[in-house]
Parts: sequence; C-alpha cells; structure tokens
Amino acid sequence: MDFTFEEQQVAFRDAVRKFLMVEAAPEMLRDIWETESGRSRDLRAKLADQGITALSVPEEFGGIGLGDLDWVLINQELGYYAIPDSLSDTAYLAAWLLKQLPGDVALKKNWLPRIANGTARVALGHPANPFVADAQLADLLLLWYQDEVHAVAPDRVKLSFNPSIEMSRRLYRVDWTPGESTRVAPARVGRDLWEGVFNRAALAAAAQLLGLAQRMLDLGIDHSAQRKQFGKPIGSFQAVKHHLADVAVKIEFAKPVVFRAAHCLANNRARVAVHVSHAKLAACEAAWLAGRRSMQVHGAMGYTWEADLQMFMKRAWALDSAWGDRAFHKTRVAQFIFAAGAPLGPGETFT
Amino acid sequence: MRLEYTERQQRFRREVRDWLEHNLPKRALQSFDTKEGFAEHRAWEGRLFEGHWSAVTWPKEVGGRGCDLIEWLIFEEEYWRAGAPLRVNQNGIFLLAPTLMEYGTEEQKRRFLPRMASGEDIWAQGWSEPGAGSDMAAIRSKALRDGDHYVISGQKTWSTRAVWADWLFGLFRTDPSSVRHHGLTFILLPLNLPGITIRPVKQLNGQTGFAEIFFDEVRVPVANRLADEGAGWQVAMATAGFERGLMLRSPGRFQQTAKALVELYLRHQARVDADPAVRDAVLQSWMGAEAYALATYRTACRLAKGGQIGAEASTNKIFWSELDLLMHETAMHILGARAELMPHAPDAGDVGSWLDGFLFAQAGPIYAGTNEIQRNIIAERMLGLPRS
Repeated sequence: MDFTFEEQQVAFRDAVRKFLMVEAAPEMLRDIWETESGRSRDLRAKLADQGITALSVPEEFGGIGLGDLDWVLINQELGYYAIPDSLSDTAYLAAWLLKQLPGDVALKKNWLPRIANGTARVALGHPANPFVADAQLADLLLLWYQDEVHAVAPDRVKLSFNPSIEMSRRLYRVDWTPGESTRVAPARVGRDLWEGVFNRAALAAAAQLLGLAQRMLDLGIDHSAQRKQFGKPIGSFQAVKHHLADVAVKIEFAKPVVFRAAHCLANNRARVAVHVSHAKLAACEAAWLAGRRSMQVHGAMGYTWEADLQMFMKRAWALDSAWGDRAFHKTRVAQFIFAAGAPLGPGETFT
Repeated sequence: MRLEYTERQQRFRREVRDWLEHNLPKRALQSFDTKEGFAEHRAWEGRLFEGHWSAVTWPKEVGGRGCDLIEWLIFEEEYWRAGAPLRVNQNGIFLLAPTLMEYGTEEQKRRFLPRMASGEDIWAQGWSEPGAGSDMAAIRSKALRDGDHYVISGQKTWSTRAVWADWLFGLFRTDPSSVRHHGLTFILLPLNLPGITIRPVKQLNGQTGFAEIFFDEVRVPVANRLADEGAGWQVAMATAGFERGLMLRSPGRFQQTAKALVELYLRHQARVDADPAVRDAVLQSWMGAEAYALATYRTACRLAKGGQIGAEASTNKIFWSELDLLMHETAMHILGARAELMPHAPDAGDVGSWLDGFLFAQAGPIYAGTNEIQRNIIAERMLGLPRS
C-alpha cells in the first residue's frame, strides 16, 4: 500500500508548474482570447518542448510512454493555469485511443509521432458532448459513430461555431458522414475503446477541476489578505475565513478520490466506472464551491471582467458538465452501490 | 503508487477477522454510559488486551502490538465491520497515549500505558471549564505547587466518561499570575482523590455521558505532571495533537454506517423515492465515507514515508462530523414517522440504533474543538489568512 506519487512524477509536475507560472500569466491568456483561433502556436510549441505532448505516446513512436498517473498531475496544472488549449484531448486521450488500435493500422504510425513532437492536433467527438472542442484547428478528428471509431480528415467535416461564455473554449458542432473509408475500428472493438477514452476524459476533467479549485481558492486568499475594510484585511474576519476554509476541506477530500481513479485506470482495475464518476463528482463539487466562495470574498471586484477570477470560474462551470454531466456520473455511482450484493463497507475500498 | 495490500497485510486482516469472530460478545453490550454497561465495556477492553488488540499501534513493551498505521486502519475496518463494541477507553488510548509517548518519562509510560491498554484504568478528559470552551486558553482551574504536590481547585465540565472513569488528564493553571496560554500545565490524576466531586450531566439521550468535576484543594503528586511546568498548552497543541486528529475517528466507522444507510434506503425505497433528495443524500453519504477512507490512507502513507501532518488535519474533523450528521439525518428522513421511536418500542420496526446515532451526531461538530474553531485553524495555519 503506497498512496503517494513517485519522486520523478512529482519532479516532472513541479517542472511543468514552474514553466506555466512564467509562460501562462493571466494577461497572456487574455491576449490569446483576442486571436481568431483562440490558440497560440507559440505556447503550444513551448508545451511540446516541455515534453507534455510526448508524455503518453509509446517510446517506439517517439514518446515518453507514461500514463494516467502522470497525466492526473499534469492536468491539475493545466487547470490551475487555465491553459487555453485542448492539449490533453490530443496528447492524452487521442494518443491513448490511437495506441489501442490494432497494430497494423497505419493511422498509429502516421499520427503518434506527430502528436509526440507537438505538430498534430487531434479533436475528439463523443456522444457525451454535443460539441467537439478545437475542431477548427484539428489536423485529424476521431469521431464516434455507433461505437465505431472513425478517423476523419478536416476537409470532410462541416463545422458550426458555438460561442461559450468561457473565452478560451472553442466549441463546434460537427456534421459529417461516416463511411467505410473513415472507419478504423468496428463497434465490437470500439465499444471498449470509447469507454476507455470516456473514463480518461472524465478523469482529465476532474483533475483540471481540482487545479481550478485550488487556483480560485488561492485568488480568494490573495484578495482577502490584501483588501482592507474596517481598518483590517477582510481575511481576518471569520465569515470570510470560513468561506475559504470550506473550499480547502472540499479540495482536500476530492484529491484522493481523483488519484484513486487514476490508479484504477492505470492498472486496468475493476470498478473503473464508479471510481471515475466519483472522482468527477467530487472535483466538480470542489470547483463549483471554490468559484462561488471566491466570488463572494472578491466582492464586486469578482463580478468584473478585469478580475482574473472569471478565467478560472468560467472554465470550472464549463467542465462541470463536460465528459458526463452530474446526472450521468451519479447514475454510474448509483448503479454500483444499489446493486444487489454490492461490496460496500469497511475493508472494501481497495478490493 | 500501489493501492494493493501486501501478503502480510492480508494475513493480518484475516487474523483480526478470525479473532473477532471467536471473541466478540454474543449479545450487544449495554451503553457504556450506564454503570453496568461501563463494567461490561471495561471487561471487553480486558478481553481485547489479552488478545493484544487493545492498542495495536503501541510498542509491544507497553501493551501494544507494534502495528503501523496501515495495519491500524485494517484493524479498525475489521472492528467496525464486525459491529464490535464502542471503545470505552478511547480518551486514553487514542487521545492521551500519543501525547504520553511523546512527552512522558519512561517511568510514566511504564506506569500508565499498560494499565490503560488493559482497561484497568479508564480515562476521562479535563479541558473545558464553565468559562473556557472554544476559548480554552481561558482556563482558570488552579494547580498550586506545595512541596512535591500540586493543590488543585476549580471546576472542569463536559468531561466525557468521567462519571465512572478512573483517571483524568487535562490542563490546569500552575502559575496564578499567568494569562492565556502561559502558565498552564498538563496533569494526570486519579478521580477518587479526596476533594473531588463528580456531578453527572444528563445528555440528550437521557444518559450521563459526561460530568462536571469540582476540585476542592485536591493534592496531586508532582510526578503526575506531563512535561514541564508551564508547557501544558504546547503539549496539548503539539504535533501529537495532529496525529490524534487522524486517530480519533477511523474511516471504518463511517463506511459501516454508509453501508447500513444504503441497506436502509433500499428497504424503504418504494416510499422514499418520492423525495429525490433522499436518494441523492444516500449517494453523497457513500461517496463521503469512501473519500474519508481514501484521504486517511493517503495521510497514513505520507506519514510512513516521513511526511508530516499539519493543520490540514483540521479538515478531517469537519469532514467526518458533517458526514456523520448527513448520514444520520438521511436515515431519520428514510424512517419517517417511526424515526422518533426508541429501539425497544413494540412497533419500532427496523429503526435499530439510528436515533441514538442521530443524537450523537449532533455533538460531532461541537466536541474535540468546534468546527468553527477548526475552520479558523484551517484559515490561519493552512491558508495563511491573517489572525483576527
């Protein structure tokens, strides 16, 4: 029993954190909002230099060959710094899906090395989400059709942009026609693959939500330590302290749930569905409360465009229903605990 | 990260389970807040001690089993799973002992720990006073030095288990000119000394689970002092305090309740599903108990690797006490019109001990430092917000 990360996993996370602290300051992210694509080639290239795009691509395809436990740490950082890029869709989810395809599929050899070196963007279409994030910049779209996996070139799809309140989201409705030429895995293979993609995507969202929750808590702490009223910092008042302490409690007890789900995926354990759904729900609750409470302690400042809180709060609101809304995830938890003979109670946590 | 038990840990679990199966009392014990029940629970502590199970994390020399925190968690899981009796000596074993091991002299450890482990000495706590609740530094009970004795005068209150307990540990003001956190000393004393009057206090459930204690020039040998004179506050608040925060409530307890709640809900589902909030609260309960278990394992593993527990231990207290309330409130809502019935009522149906647990859950956010105090600790020491 060892519920801690390996030293090198933590070291890699720390390196990414240091890098993002410098390269992804809120004012830079606001500049990127103003661009037409909403994405920065420069930032993407720098992220690739850090090795993030190569993280889970197998070594034979030019990657580093790491997995879910490494990503859960990195995704927290991507959330904390609100990176305006569906980086983990390409480098974590699409890389996983491509990796799982049968060995002779040319797609793997074509795309995995390009994902690893940061030159390819892959967008994912799954029925859990009505829209495909970053479809307009995608070099390849991997789309669900009745459990089949389809690989679709960008010139074969029609996109309709759906603006989001979250300025860095780029959501598109994708209209396309499935066919023999686009199908790369039949439904009997695709079903498990999509299940694997979905659970990893929900876990990635959960990890980002944890990072967002922490960032919103930190912004609330900074503001309430600096802002003075009645002659003292507002953070010295109990009402304000307790708002933020509640958020710290939620984060503290969501983290191990998210980490356990990552371990479960990394080791192909049973109960992946219930553990991932629990993780998503716990992280959603922490982030949702962090947004509300940080907003409250920011006062009117929090309601402005100027305050940075909005960047993280809106992302958290958006991710709350991404890759399975609360109703979906609660249903999966309920199916587990209300089943006849469900292994509940003490001693069953790791069975 | 490796979330599997080792072969050795699995053997340990089987050993605990096996021992409990063969030694558990055949019928439920009476409440330890009755005279007979207290005696029954003391006897059970003795039984545990004979099997070397009463204080598994302690060193063997003082009556323990030398277990690490993961084995402790496994023991607790099996203990709650088996529905074994509540621990009448938990004040001693889980709260005083870690402090005694860190600050006690060798002589004190030999003198107090084995008798605590065997249930010969059952301990009560002496912190709160009529004017010192959440503001514990306002303690006024005095212990004035007279040669090789302290002479104690004053009053303690809300002292859990004090009605029938043998010993008391607590803070007393040894420097009469001192204020606040200074001049306090940690003292251990038998409750049968001349000058001590114990007045039982009836609790919500009608039983006397705690008491007021009056001290009228009670003479206690200086040898009963823990650590230095005047160091009482630091001793009570030191690292050991955080570790106690981990051990006060083990996750098995809440997981057992969550499991029982799921079963209760399923029995009454046809009626209660008309209120979807009930089903959601059952889901939240199970997830909460699971999260508490995971967080405790994570902390135990961090400690095993040389990590420290800091102020984040205060998050534990808030989390489990609110979870316990949620679970018991939900059970009351599920039981509906029968929820108010005493378990022995002729038409009680399956109310079981939910009412009792519900009453006790009301105290959770108050004892061991109110949740408001815990939130202050989190805000100031974990989040770094300015003191008021």
